[in-house]
Amino acid sequence: MTYIRPKFRHPDLPKNDLGYTTREYEGSLSTLCAGCGHDSISGSILQACFELSIPPHRIAKLSGIGCSSKTPNYFLGNSHGFNSVHGRMPSVATGANMANRDLIYMGVSGDGDTASIGMGQFVHVIRRNLNMVYIVMNNGCYGLTKGQDSATADAGSKSKAGSVNPFQPIDLAGLALELGASFVAQSFSGDKEQLIPLIKAAISHPGFAFINVISPCVTFNNNPGSTKSYDYVREHIEETGKTDLVPEKSEILASYESGTGTEVMLHDGTFIKLEKLAANRDPFNRMEAMNALRNARNRNEILTGLLYIETETEDLHHTINSTDRPLNTLEEEDLCPGSAVLAEINEDLR
Amino acid sequence: MKPTDTKNPEYFHKVVDCQYACPAHTPVPEYIRLISAGKYTEAYMINWESNVFPGVLGRTCDRPCEPACRRGRIEEEPVAICRLKRVAADNKDDVRAFMPGIPSEMNGKRIALIGGGPASLTVARDLAPLGYEIHLYDEHAAGGGMMRSQIPSFRLPDDVLNEEVGYILDMGIHTHFNTYVSSMNEILEKGYDAVFVGTGAPRGRDLVLPGREEAGKNVHVGIEWLASVAFEHTHKIGKKVIVLGGGNTAMDCCRTSRRLGGEEVKVVVRSPFAEMKASPWEIEDAMHEDIPILENHVPKAYVIENGKLVGMTFEKVKAVYEQGKRTLVPSGEPEVFIEADDVLVAVGQQNSFPWIERDSGVDFDQWGMPLVDALTHQSTNQRVFFGGDAAFGPKNVITAVAHGHQVAISIDLYCKGEALTERPAPFTNLVSKKMGIHEWSYDNDVVNDQRFIVPQAEKKAALSDRKLEVELGFDIQTAIKEAHRCLNCDVQTVFEKDKCIECDACVDICPTACITFTVNGEEAELRTRLKAPALNLTQDLYVSDTLPTQRVMVKDEDVCLHCGLCAERCPTSAWDMQQYLYKVTKAG
Ligand SMILES: Cc1cc2nc3c(=O)[nH]c(=O)nc-3n(C[C@H](O)[C@H](O)[C@H](O)COP(=O)(O)OP(=O)(O)OC[C@H]3O[C@@H](n4cnc5c(N)ncnc54)[C@H](O)[C@@H]3O)c2cc1C
Ligand SMILES: Cc1ncc(C[n+]2csc(CCOP(=O)(O)OP(=O)(O)O)c2C)c(N)n1
Ligand code: SF4
Ligand code: SF4
Ligand code: SF4
Ligand SMILES: [Mg+2]
Repeated sequence: MTYIRPKFRHPDLPKNDLGYTTREYEGSLSTLCAGCGHDSISGSILQACFELSIPPHRIAKLSGIGCSSKTPNYFLGNSHGFNSVHGRMPSVATGANMANRDLIYMGVSGDGDTASIGMGQFVHVIRRNLNMVYIVMNNGCYGLTKGQDSATADAGSKSKAGSVNPFQPIDLAGLALELGASFVAQSFSGDKEQLIPLIKAAISHPGFAFINVISPCVTFNNNPGSTKSYDYVREHIEETGKTDLVPEKSEILASYESGTGTEVMLHDGTFIKLEKLAANRDPFNRMEAMNALRNARNRNEILTGLLYIETETEDLHHTINSTDRPLNTLEEEDLCPGSAVLAEINEDLR
Repeated sequence: MKPTDTKNPEYFHKVVDCQYACPAHTPVPEYIRLISAGKYTEAYMINWESNVFPGVLGRTCDRPCEPACRRGRIEEEPVAICRLKRVAADNKDDVRAFMPGIPSEMNGKRIALIGGGPASLTVARDLAPLGYEIHLYDEHAAGGGMMRSQIPSFRLPDDVLNEEVGYILDMGIHTHFNTYVSSMNEILEKGYDAVFVGTGAPRGRDLVLPGREEAGKNVHVGIEWLASVAFEHTHKIGKKVIVLGGGNTAMDCCRTSRRLGGEEVKVVVRSPFAEMKASPWEIEDAMHEDIPILENHVPKAYVIENGKLVGMTFEKVKAVYEQGKRTLVPSGEPEVFIEADDVLVAVGQQNSFPWIERDSGVDFDQWGMPLVDALTHQSTNQRVFFGGDAAFGPKNVITAVAHGHQVAISIDLYCKGEALTERPAPFTNLVSKKMGIHEWSYDNDVVNDQRFIVPQAEKKAALSDRKLEVELGFDIQTAIKEAHRCLNCDVQTVFEKDKCIECDACVDICPTACITFTVNGEEAELRTRLKAPALNLTQDLYVSDTLPTQRVMVKDEDVCLHCGLCAERCPTSAWDMQQYLYKVTKAG
């Protein structure tokens, strides 16, 4: 842990469309262990929001409990945030999103927070297609409580103390695909070049966007024999292709190399550009994505990149046909339209 | 790019911007840290070893280090490096015990030094402890050269100068004061093993315009006039004074005039104000003493009435810039007349060697400058060496000192019959500052304070006493605060590629976006794709060998705060903060 960070920043930092530098997207100084993968993911989230020129006050960060769930403190210090209870981030996110559909919801969780105590909440938020980004910082252990195996630890993975995990892992990306998630991606904390565009695409996606990010715990799970160490992950990574998010205004066709990829238009007019897709990969086919993921697992490979996307998706607000106006902007007269309206409704029910 | 060779002593030296810019390569951050630790004597000695005149330079140095200071690139003002040097000098204890001793047995070699300025004194300082018998000649009654004859006492008190000149003369130097050397051949005939010429650039330029002759004694050549004030031959000047010229000599002339009875003193320069040669702080001090500076005025004539100087006329011009060249063209405005009882001409300074016979073996170029080797300072007569203002034209004290060190090395090699071009390597040392996980044996907390101002004596008192020092120096509390503004640029970020696991922690934590992991490329192109563009081409990129992911680590040295956060955040200590000590080798 580092205690002090100088106030000075590089005088020539690039500025985004809002005239902000990354400084406006920083949070307080991280208290995680030096070299923790989670810090790099924080850095990627920060960079993605900066590059998309999102005004920080338009974002709400939500998390549960764990080292991973602490990270929202360390990025987007000018955004809203709620550090909730262990495994309960999805409920809080759902409530917040229902009350104010105008914010961007950035959920951050850990593999313990999601795959153990929070599993019940996780599957339901997927089912409901809540419009949010859900990032799992997956280190295969409970980092905060000193490194016990989590439910995503691979069978046969060795802990720092030398014990071998006998249980089968829960594959969170596979589960999300199975449950109908409309955006599923997988990545690695140590590959910002891949992760940043994925986060940008996830933010632009109009439904539930899930990213499972392998994020080594340097202190408790970076030992030889662990399948979540920096070295192991680097050796076993397999990319589905390159993703990029192209803002609406830029001239995408000009820079686009035909035959090498696909582009996907999102609801807001931005494009997701998929380049150098691996052979036989089709990110619009859920079955194919599930197979690809399974096949990679059988080869002991970790499939990363955008696994699946459903562009024509309807989020929870559409499904339940809620009002377009955020609930928190509704006045008393909107909510209590008076006895005349009541009488009308009653008349309908006769 | 090729991986950076940090074994090259100049690589890390260059990162210490101030030290690298200092002609004598004073280890600046090291003495500044000693000042914050209250170790003034140690801080003084670090300075003394490098620059010989810390008390003098802490008041008068041209400070090439300050524009180079990294702090000036991350906020407005550099660290007050120069004035901190003075703090060390003012607060030290008796340092005589730390001065090098003189061997009881001399080495039998005799060296003549012509001129008693900082260049000669430095040669003496370096050679006397090695057993050389040193003979120093100067036309004046005391040593110091222009530090005594030119730099006014209100900037440099006599006792400060005397003390530091004394440390050297007390090393058993044979002084021949009040002795003008009028023949090089005579000196050569005396059989010295080597002769050093440190006679400075003693001639000031006059400005001959209509009326110059009639104006007679009311027109003075600036440096001659300053010398005659310093040696107390001149005690007053007229009420209305014009000073011609925009350099530091002009600033000393106008401020001295204010102290000798000048009430309306004006500095008049040909060029635009922004292009004046004088140091900004000298200009500021002059203006503070109610001296207006009139720009774009080209002198035309001295105006004489009844056989007496009454003023000067000037043509007004404006600067026109074409293809980077500036010309002054008449603005068309009417001629300007400025009243004056006296005019001080400070429009340039020249070398002059009337005493060196052209058959002495010392060759001169068409401009009358001696042919001197830039590295060894040897002239075409192998036994004769040049340094200070005499070698390559007027510069400043610190350059004269730097020359002195190099000449001492050359003379020592020459007397030993060794090759002059094989210069001894600098002394370097690189040591980790790590004390614990987040503990360093230097203060890595970067403070936000702006530069502190050195207090000055009350203006009225200062103007009424030529010898009253204007600057009072920092008090200790302020000095320590100012010292904390130093970024410790000598504490290097040292990267060990084999330890790096490419976790990005250093990249994310670095406050000034110095570090990038990316695929290698040509320097010019690589500079554009770093986390922040590396636009300052004078600052190096520190590049590692290829890492397992086929990328390289690239660190732009430009605005690194030396805060150590990269090293604190690195889980494997691939980064370490290591203090780099670089000392220019001395003779012997
Ligand atoms: C007005 C003025 C102000 C200055 N202010 C500053 C300042 O604030 N800071 C700074 O760094 N620099 C300043 N300088 C420049 C600085 O003084 C010189 O660069 C420096 O002193 C040069 O040192 P030196 O050893 O080469 O020779 P000098 O200091 O010039 O010493 C040469 C000595 O040799 C003597 N001499 C010459 N010929 C003979 C001979 N034939 N026989 C015997 N003796 C001889 C001269 O009288 C003189 O004493 C200033 C210069 C001037 C003119
Ligand atoms: C209700 C409840 N049960 C148990 C805990 C103890 N606990 C704190 S963090 C944690 C696991 C966190 O693991 P993960 O989500 O993977 O986060 P990491 O620290 O690995 O990033 C547990 C079990 C708790 N805080 N609250
Ligand atoms: S314990 Fe592990 S997960 Fe937690 S901060 Fe340290 S390295 Fe990161
Ligand atoms: S010391 Fe390290 S963290 Fe600090 S500014 Fe320099 S490179 Fe960045
Ligand atoms: S923090 Fe250390 S291990 Fe991590 S990338 Fe930087 S140098 Fe490498
Ligand atoms: Mg975990």
